[in-house]
Amino acid sequence: MENFNYHRPATTTAAAAMLKKAKDGKYMGGGHTLLPTMKQGLAAPTDIIDLTAIKGFSGIKVSKTMVTIKAGTTHMEVASSKEVAKAIPALAEMAGKIGGVHVRHKGTIGGSVANSDPAADYPSACLGLGATIETNKRKIDADKFFTGMFETALKAGEIITAVHFPIPKKAAHFKFPNPASRYALTGVFLSQNGKGQVRVAVTGAAPKAFRATDLEAALSKDFSAKAIAGVKVSAKGLLSDMHATSAYRAHLISVLAGRAVASIA
Amino acid sequence: MTGTGVGASVRRKEDLRFITGKGNYTDDITLKDQAYGYFLRSPHAHAKIKSINTAKAGKMPGVLGIFTGDDVAKDKLGGLICGWTIHSKDGSGMKAGPHPVLALDKVRFVGDQVALVVAETKDQAKAAAAAVQVTYTVLPHVVDVAKAMKSKVQIHDVASDNRVYNWSLGDEAATAAAFKSAAHVTSMDIVNNRLIPNAMEPRAAIGAYDAGTESYTLYTTSQNPHVARLVISAFHGLAPEHKLRVIAPDVGGGFGSKIFIYGEEVACVWAAKFVGRPIKWTGERSESFLSDAHGRDHVTKAELAVDSSGKITGLRVNTKAAMGAYLSTFASAVPTYLYATLLSGQYNIPNIYAEVDAIYTNTAPVDAYRGAGRPEATYVVERLVETAARELKMDPAEFRRQNFVTQFPHQTPVIMCYDTGDYGAALDKALELSDYKNFARRKAASLKNGKLRGVGFSAYIEACGIAPSAAVGSLGAGVGLWESAEVRVNAVGTIEVLTGSHSHGQGHETTFAQLVSEKLGVDINSVSIVHGDTDKVQMGMGTYGSRSGAVGMHANSKALDKIEAKAKRVAAAVMESSVDDIEFKNGTFTVKGTDKKMAFGEVALASYVGHKFNSNEIEIGLKETSFHDPANFVFPAGVHICEVEVDQDTGLTKIAAYTAVDDFGNLINPMIVEGQVQGGVAQGIGQALLEGAIYDEDSGQLLTGSFMDYNMPRAANMPHIENFKLGFTCTPCPTNPMGIKGCGEAGAIGAPPAVINAITDAIGVRDIAMPATPLTVWSAMQPMQKAAE
Repeated sequence: MENFNYHRPATTTAAAAMLKKAKDGKYMGGGHTLLPTMKQGLAAPTDIIDLTAIKGFSGIKVSKTMVTIKAGTTHMEVASSKEVAKAIPALAEMAGKIGGVHVRHKGTIGGSVANSDPAADYPSACLGLGATIETNKRKIDADKFFTGMFETALKAGEIITAVHFPIPKKAAHFKFPNPASRYALTGVFLSQNGKGQVRVAVTGAAPKAFRATDLEAALSKDFSAKAIAGVKVSAKGLLSDMHATSAYRAHLISVLAGRAVASIA
Repeated sequence: MTGTGVGASVRRKEDLRFITGKGNYTDDITLKDQAYGYFLRSPHAHAKIKSINTAKAGKMPGVLGIFTGDDVAKDKLGGLICGWTIHSKDGSGMKAGPHPVLALDKVRFVGDQVALVVAETKDQAKAAAAAVQVTYTVLPHVVDVAKAMKSKVQIHDVASDNRVYNWSLGDEAATAAAFKSAAHVTSMDIVNNRLIPNAMEPRAAIGAYDAGTESYTLYTTSQNPHVARLVISAFHGLAPEHKLRVIAPDVGGGFGSKIFIYGEEVACVWAAKFVGRPIKWTGERSESFLSDAHGRDHVTKAELAVDSSGKITGLRVNTKAAMGAYLSTFASAVPTYLYATLLSGQYNIPNIYAEVDAIYTNTAPVDAYRGAGRPEATYVVERLVETAARELKMDPAEFRRQNFVTQFPHQTPVIMCYDTGDYGAALDKALELSDYKNFARRKAASLKNGKLRGVGFSAYIEACGIAPSAAVGSLGAGVGLWESAEVRVNAVGTIEVLTGSHSHGQGHETTFAQLVSEKLGVDINSVSIVHGDTDKVQMGMGTYGSRSGAVGMHANSKALDKIEAKAKRVAAAVMESSVDDIEFKNGTFTVKGTDKKMAFGEVALASYVGHKFNSNEIEIGLKETSFHDPANFVFPAGVHICEVEVDQDTGLTKIAAYTAVDDFGNLINPMIVEGQVQGGVAQGIGQALLEGAIYDEDSGQLLTGSFMDYNMPRAANMPHIENFKLGFTCTPCPTNPMGIKGCGEAGAIGAPPAVINAITDAIGVRDIAMPATPLTVWSAMQPMQKAAE
């Protein structure tokens, strides 16, 4: 790992200024993707701007219709929040299955969402619940946020400050972990809201998290495992590697979606 | 009775320091003025080195020296050796290409060490290594053992077809005749997947040179420091043995990978003289993946001949065994004398013929890994036997039973002479413990939950101890395989045992002390075990092949017998009686028929004080030495039964239940033995379900170069402890006085075929590749599902 300057700003304004000033700066949440990348020599930023000391940067707020999780909130805080478990049990459960205990105590929702790792769990929750991602500049619909592998709609210097999750009628999350890394080999987060609208989000299977629209259409008509048993998920555009072929991933999407629906239908 | 003798499940003495972070591993040691080494490694699988320019790197901050293969050659430091000579069928010797300490002219695998950079700090060494300019001419490469012989790529000049040897064992004609007259032949193509050892502690070394005494010291993560000293002294020619001290302090796991002498430690100790300061190198995990010797990697065509009564009449195998880019220290012995000699399994097979091609590939070297050859043999035999039973529609347990060896000693057609055993007893016990008779009920219950349940057997045998020396010598070993012990009784009666065995997880500090406790009637806390330092222990052969109980322990035992004999003479002199009248029991010497007695400690003191005996007749002191060379290998054997549940939708396999019944002869510490079985089974399950090293055919890069892609077993991959049943049978080994066999490798040997036999039973396929990952199992089920649709 190369040497770097470490900053710990107290405000998003200061953080943005630091990033602007740095030769090659990087924001850091829990650092659980950035630091391993640096250790492998794949990234060598001159400046690390640690966002976790920003005032009011973490915390959970639950209203009648919305769960708001501030960007610096750790996975462990979400997983162990009684309010989240009551409002959107699938979300708390999902956070409790990210990485291992150490990762959950350091990793943050903001870091995970901003990184748009194709196998991360939070992007599927954002899409599967129709979340809104709030930054220091604006609010972005989850549907428009994840633009590619490790790519998002965030502009240079923009900082995620919170993620707002509308509370659905019901939601479920099923993950089939990569046997080695335990990231999602394929994960499905789906929900049905009070208006009967269904969202089925998939992570781990493609370069970025996406919505399985065929499954959504079938489930909108009939929210049952049976309704999607006959829907063949296309393997086109899905990832293929030593752990899973695209055909296997397509098959897992069907299986996991079926199980998710069966668990709450 | 001390309560800490042989047979007691004493808690491990060494664990307190290990689990509280008080161990003393190589990386924990810091010598005065220590500098740090970093190895620049080859990014290519196969390339010519056109030039190495160190000018810029040499000027980087903190750099103390940069060493390349040319420097090694100029100093006439010898290359790495393979210590076991194998001859081909046609009588020609093995074709061992050069194995330089640092690559010379050519690199042959990704990770091959090209230069050693020494600097004030590790980061400086690493930064300077990145500035070393190496120009390569990239050559085509071959990483697949099945393709290497026919490839146009030539890895070493001496081996035009990349073949190191073409070796055979057994009677080819008689075996062919057995196949000709067979009623049934089961034929299979069997792949034994390449594994990466991943000891918890990566390899590390500190090399130091004392200019005053012109002597070297090497701290290294070794399973056999004396062998390291011998090789570095005699073959590399660094320094004579009395000028080279090798210390292997606490070592965090080896599984075979730390038997071998590697270029890194040799380079560190050699370069220390030029730098004038000690050099420490601690491998990073990525370096472990790339450069530790890997295990297995066999491709085999195997056939089993059975007569009309279900009796096995012949076994024939043709194996291609990967050696990797260079012949590692004992690589040549693994697919030959540690493999084909075990192909008779537990069965009475009159005709066996094995032919083995050892083949270079552009990959990390392959050498012994937990089981070394025996897991590969067991996998071949037990997959064949299980498949034959299914094809013959016989119960796999009964098919095995009717072919078991029942008369001992039993001479197999492949060198080994089994001394004793009761394979039927182990099978009976395993059937009972696993509740085999109710399997159908459990299968039905699993199916209700959408899971396919299968059961698989494995009746393994292994040969441990690797001895006697004369026998291994006649088979090509460059060393003898005995063990040494020195027992030093201090004046107050406490005891130090110096052993040539080396503990790197096995628990010798406890089990060896238990033997002393048993024999001398002292508590184990009065005993210290000293190992891993060539200045303290005169000579030894180290620990591998489950040999420390079977061989090392008996050197201790013999030395302790000598201590007892000497102590009796001292006691007789002090108590003024005849030696014949001295009895020794529970740590006390008594004179028969009198109330005279002396405690062991009193006799020890008397031995050193020397007031009460004539020191011309009895020498002062109480210290004895023994070298033990056993009469034969020892033959642990057992029956393992695995039950799996396969998720029909995802192909995910869970070990639903696992039963291991093993015959290790007499047990010294049953708790430690159970731990060895559980750990071994965990590694075996790892091989069967999770682990597999993959090199990319196109780039020659190691794709499974980190834990992100290389899947090490986790607790959740193991059967629930309630369904993980261990049992023991006991036929004491007749060739050693304590009746001990080895237990360290059994689990890793027995488990893979048991697991794969269970999966193939569950999903109804003839074969499936290891590791049986969810993708592999799901893919195997696809044609069947399509056919059913």
